[in-house]
Amino acid sequence: MKRTIITVVGKDTVGIIAKVCTYLADNNMNILDISQTITGGFFNMMMIVDVSASGKAFADVKSDLEELGKGIGVSIHVQSEEIFDMMHRI
Amino acid sequence: MININEVFETNNMIEKENFDVRTITMGISLLDCIDSDLAETNRKIREKILSKAQNLVSTGNEISNELGVPIVNKRVSVTPIALIGSACCHTPDDFVTIAKTLDDCAKTIGINFIGGYSALVSEGMTAADELLIHSIPKALATTERVCSSINVGSTKQGINMDAVRLMGDIVRETAELTGDEDGLGCAKLVIFCNAPDDNPFMAGAFHGVTMPDAVINVGVSGPGVVKCALEECRDADFEVLCETIKKTAFKITRVGQLVAQEASKRLGVPFGIIDLSLAPTPAIGDSVADILEEMGLERAGAPGTTAALALLNDQVKKGGVMASSYVGGLSGAFIPVSEDQGMINAVEAGALTIEKLEAMTCVCSVGLDMIAIPGDTKATTISGIIADEMALGMINQKTTAVRLIPAIGKGVGDTVEFGGLLGHAPIMPVNQFDCSRFVSRGGRIPAPVHSFKN
Repeated sequence: MKRTIITVVGKDTVGIIAKVCTYLADNNMNILDISQTITGGFFNMMMIVDVSASGKAFADVKSDLEELGKGIGVSIHVQSEEIFDMMHRI
Repeated sequence: MININEVFETNNMIEKENFDVRTITMGISLLDCIDSDLAETNRKIREKILSKAQNLVSTGNEISNELGVPIVNKRVSVTPIALIGSACCHTPDDFVTIAKTLDDCAKTIGINFIGGYSALVSEGMTAADELLIHSIPKALATTERVCSSINVGSTKQGINMDAVRLMGDIVRETAELTGDEDGLGCAKLVIFCNAPDDNPFMAGAFHGVTMPDAVINVGVSGPGVVKCALEECRDADFEVLCETIKKTAFKITRVGQLVAQEASKRLGVPFGIIDLSLAPTPAIGDSVADILEEMGLERAGAPGTTAALALLNDQVKKGGVMASSYVGGLSGAFIPVSEDQGMINAVEAGALTIEKLEAMTCVCSVGLDMIAIPGDTKATTISGIIADEMALGMINQKTTAVRLIPAIGKGVGDTVEFGGLLGHAPIMPVNQFDCSRFVSRGGRIPAPVHSFKN
C-alpha cells in the first residue's frame, strides 16, 4: 500500500478540510489518519492517505492539490510517506 | 504511524532551514572506452555516458518531487581521463578533445558538472599523466562543466613533489586563461592527497578503477538544519551539543539513504555510498561558519575554531554512519570560503586567515577550499601551499585538498565573483616569504612511518 502524506498550512478559513476531503473522495483516495491544530490563527493539518486505489499519477495529484490550495489561500504539500518514515523511524 | 509533529519537523527543515540532498552523482567507468584511435575513444566515451546517464536528471527530479525534498545537483563522475586517454593522446590538445566530449555529454544530459578529468600521480607520472596535467588550463578554459582533480600524494606512497611543483604552474596558468572570469577555471581544479575513489562532490569527484561499471553516490547536506538544532541548546554542555549534532546528522543522512536507494532502483545502477557532508552554499542560513559561531565563537577563525570544527566533523560522522548502509566519500564538514557566507564574513572581519584555515583542515573533511589569493602570487608559493596541505593529509592519514584561485590583476582588498553555488570571495593575503628552492628540489617525499605517533 502506497501511503502519501498531505500537509496543509495557511490562514484558517471555513471549509479547508471539506474541500481537500472532497477532492480525495472524488479520486478514490482513502484517508487513514488526520491530525489538525490551529496555532496563532494558522491552520496546520496532516493527513495520511492511501492512494493505491486511485488511478492518478503522483505528479498529477500533487499539482491538483497545489492548485486547490492556491484557490483557498493555503499551501498544500503532497509527499511520499517514505521520507518521514526514514527520518523518524529506525 | 507518523505523527503531525514529525511531519512538520521534516518540512520545516526543508522549507526554513535549507535542507536538501546536494547531489546524486553517477559514477561511470570508461575503462571499456580505451582505444588507440582518438576519435574512436571520444565516440565510445560519448556513447557510454549518454547510455548510462540519460535518465539521471529526470529520475532525480521525479524522486525530488515525490519526497518533497530538493535534489539540487545531478552529476556524473568518470574514470580518471589520464588512464582512458593514455593509448590515444599524444599531445595535451588530444586530451582537450576528450574534455570537450565530456562537456558536451554533460550539456546533452542536462547535468551541471562532470568530474574525472583527473590523474592519480602520488608516486610518479606516466607520459599520459603529464600530458593531461599540461592540458588542464586549456581544458578548463574551453569547457564549462568539466571538473579536474589530481592526486599528488598518499599516506602509503608519500608526496610526489615533481607533481606538486608542476601543479603550482598549472593553477597559475588556469587562472590566467580564465582571468576574465576571475579565475573560474581554478574553481574546477582540485589537488588531492589521499583522494577517495568514490566521492560524489565536485570538483574532486572521479570514478575509481576499483569501482563497478556504474554506481550511484549521494551527497547530503544541511548545515542550516544543524545550526537551527543548536539554537535550541545554546547554553547546554558539550554532551548535549554533541548529541544534538549526532541526532540531526542521523536524520538528514536517512533522507540521503532513501534517495540513494530509490535512484539506484529506478536507474538500475548499484548504490555506492552516501557522503554525509555538511556542504555550505552562499545562501543565508546554509553556512558551516554559522554553526561554529552558534557554538559560541564570535567569528569563525577565533581561538577555539579548530576544536569546534573537530567536534562538529566527528559528530556528523557518528550520527551519519548509522543512518546509511554505506558511508564513504569525504564525509564531514566542508569549509570552502567562497561558498559559505559566514566564512566570507569572517575573512572580511579579519578573523580568518589562510594559516588558520590550514589548521582547520587538519580536522575538517577536506582542505583549503575555494580560497582566492592575490593574482601576483608566484607559482612556487602556490606549490608550497599545496605541499603543506598534502603533508597534513599524508601524516594524518586523511584526505586533504587544495582549491586555490589566484585572482589575476587583483590583490588583497578586492573580491572575486563566480556566482551560483561557487559564490564570491574576498582575496586573502598569502605569506610573502619565498619557498622556491624547497619546492623545486624535485623527486618525492617518502611515505611516513606509522609508528612512534606523537
